[in-house]
Amino acid sequence: MTTTASTTPAGTPEPSAEGLGAGEPLLAVEDLTVRFPTYDGLVQAVTGLSYRLEQGSTLGIVGESGSGKSVSSMAVLGLHDAKRTQMSGSIRLAGKEIVGMSESRLMRIRGKEAAMIFQDPLSALHPFFTVGKQLAEAYLVHNHVSRKVARKRAVEMLDRVGIPQAKNRVDDYPHQFSGGMRQRVMIAMALINDPRLLIADEPTTALDVTVQAQILDLLQELQRDFNSAIVIITHDLGVVAEMADDVLVMYAGRCVEYGPCKEILTHPEMPYTWGLLSSVPDISAAADARLIPIRGNPPSLLNPPTGCPFHPRCDHTDKVPGDLCATQLPELSAASTGGVHIKRCHLANPEEIYFTEILPEIAPDLAEELSGTTGAEEGGTSR
Amino acid sequence: MFAYIVKRLISGAVVVVLISMGVFALFWFGPRNPALPLCNIDTSNRCRPAILQAYEHNMGFDDSVVHQYGLWAKGVVVGRSMALGTESHKCPAPCLGIDYRTKLPVWKELTTKFPATLSLALGASLMYLVLGVGVGVLAARRRGTWIDKSLVTGSLLLSSIPFYLVALLASLWFTISLGLFPSTGYHPITHNPAKWFAGLILPWLVLGIWGSTSYTRFSRGSMVESLGEDYIRTAKAKGLPARKVVFKHALRAAMVPVVTIFGLDFATLLAGTIFAERIFGIEGIGKWGLDAVTVKNLPVVSTTVLVASVAVVASNLLVDLIYSVLDPRVRLT
Repeated sequence: MTTTASTTPAGTPEPSAEGLGAGEPLLAVEDLTVRFPTYDGLVQAVTGLSYRLEQGSTLGIVGESGSGKSVSSMAVLGLHDAKRTQMSGSIRLAGKEIVGMSESRLMRIRGKEAAMIFQDPLSALHPFFTVGKQLAEAYLVHNHVSRKVARKRAVEMLDRVGIPQAKNRVDDYPHQFSGGMRQRVMIAMALINDPRLLIADEPTTALDVTVQAQILDLLQELQRDFNSAIVIITHDLGVVAEMADDVLVMYAGRCVEYGPCKEILTHPEMPYTWGLLSSVPDISAAADARLIPIRGNPPSLLNPPTGCPFHPRCDHTDKVPGDLCATQLPELSAASTGGVHIKRCHLANPEEIYFTEILPEIAPDLAEELSGTTGAEEGGTSR
Repeated sequence: MFAYIVKRLISGAVVVVLISMGVFALFWFGPRNPALPLCNIDTSNRCRPAILQAYEHNMGFDDSVVHQYGLWAKGVVVGRSMALGTESHKCPAPCLGIDYRTKLPVWKELTTKFPATLSLALGASLMYLVLGVGVGVLAARRRGTWIDKSLVTGSLLLSSIPFYLVALLASLWFTISLGLFPSTGYHPITHNPAKWFAGLILPWLVLGIWGSTSYTRFSRGSMVESLGEDYIRTAKAKGLPARKVVFKHALRAAMVPVVTIFGLDFATLLAGTIFAERIFGIEGIGKWGLDAVTVKNLPVVSTTVLVASVAVVASNLLVDLIYSVLDPRVRLT
């Protein structure tokens, strides 16, 4: 199905903001597929993605560049140009269907119900307007107040996100702020309308490590205060470990593993997730220890691999009978730990492989500790 | 800011003075005797060596060039009486010389010609800026569609026709065949604003539409680039309506490079649009300069060169000032 803008005339009464049915989560993405027709062919950016997010909780989406993390999140705000995008499936945000929603109704949701924080705050803020103007603008679109009130609100928000002397800094331009302060400005702008959902697209990637920690602390603090749900997109598993309640691992536009954060980090069952965990530098390792990369390159989304999209880079295809990996796409299935943890892999005994082959390589001490109790539930790593 | 303007004005003045020296030196070191054109004009091309020699002596062309430049420069500031052939003419400050043909001070003529050129330049540049940027923005928003393609192709086609042809055909069709725009020409705005407008509307349209083509392509490119910027995505994510995203956020950023070209084009227009003035019968700097060149009316030629240099210096300063207004990251020091 191709979405078309303006299927609903502007001004059609919409379900109330509190229109959440019983048991319906704040955000429910169901079988979302996003494709971009280009001269070179159809880019299959996201395929069959599903996840749910409750009010007040945090979902971490991890994956390489081009795995569909950002594309799927921008779809939540309806930011893809309807004319250049083929979208199907369903995104229900606070009970309202986003896929196929008219531009005029989307406008009322963007920044109000759901807001976004972008990766590089220097390029994401307009260089020609003062931060005060940009914040006030975000407030004015959704609130019928005077400029003066909006400006006061902007100062308030700047103060709230920890910008010193907010009153004086409100008239500064983005280039007059440091990287961390700029990201605070972005966060202030995203939260100015009290959105219920905050999507943070690699919010700390452009920042140095100490500032990263401050920004993550700030996000968590604000989440508690505003009780907003957060989708945090990252390729930094450290960020996920600190922030997320649930983790969704994406590869080639598909969900390959999804479950509670602790489960995913301690009992990963998909070789790609193993690869991500292996590639995290070990702070206690020798300084000249080599990183363990995932071999090969991310797949082309124009022409994704047959079967399991990860099979050309997977080291474990020999453990699967026949050429199943290359021919048949594994369905998302319950992980051996059971519960809500799901994975997309043909391996019959992934847990065993993880604890006997992968863990000893990436965390030898931990593996030794657990050697007597392979497969035990208490395999908590410190990641 | 103020210090910057003063600094730029001083450096601009230095440029203009240097150019005036260069132009003045041409009289002396040019391939022909500088008194000859005047002698030819006065004697209807029967200039005899004796007269020429007298002219040369009276006008100081046998003097040293440095001394004479000093006299000329002094004349610009305080005025002087100036020998022209065998007669002497009063040339009040700012004295830029005496027209060889009309025997009037060149400055006085300039003050009657310049308003015509300025009127033409202001109207035409406004027209091509608005039209060019408007069409460019439209094409950028509809990038890749048939609207974009036909706009870009159309502007390319139009701009490949030489301007004098477009102007000639327009003048032929609209003024002569159809009898529209009967009062085309320059009428001082101080006398009759309506007539001033009516007289310039056709040249404005022709110059504006033809000139807008480069702005269309330029602002389209600039706009496509700025529409792809991260801060445009941010503006959309805030929930701003498309109109605001395009015209407030994207256009503001896209205008910076356009202003550069505009400054240069405006200077060119101020220096005289020879074809437009010639074809539409506007007595402006361009036509004046062109006529002066054909009869080697040297004081007029050198004056038009000076005007052009002042125009270029001034519009460059203006462009830099506009930059600092448009882009807060630009600091003028």
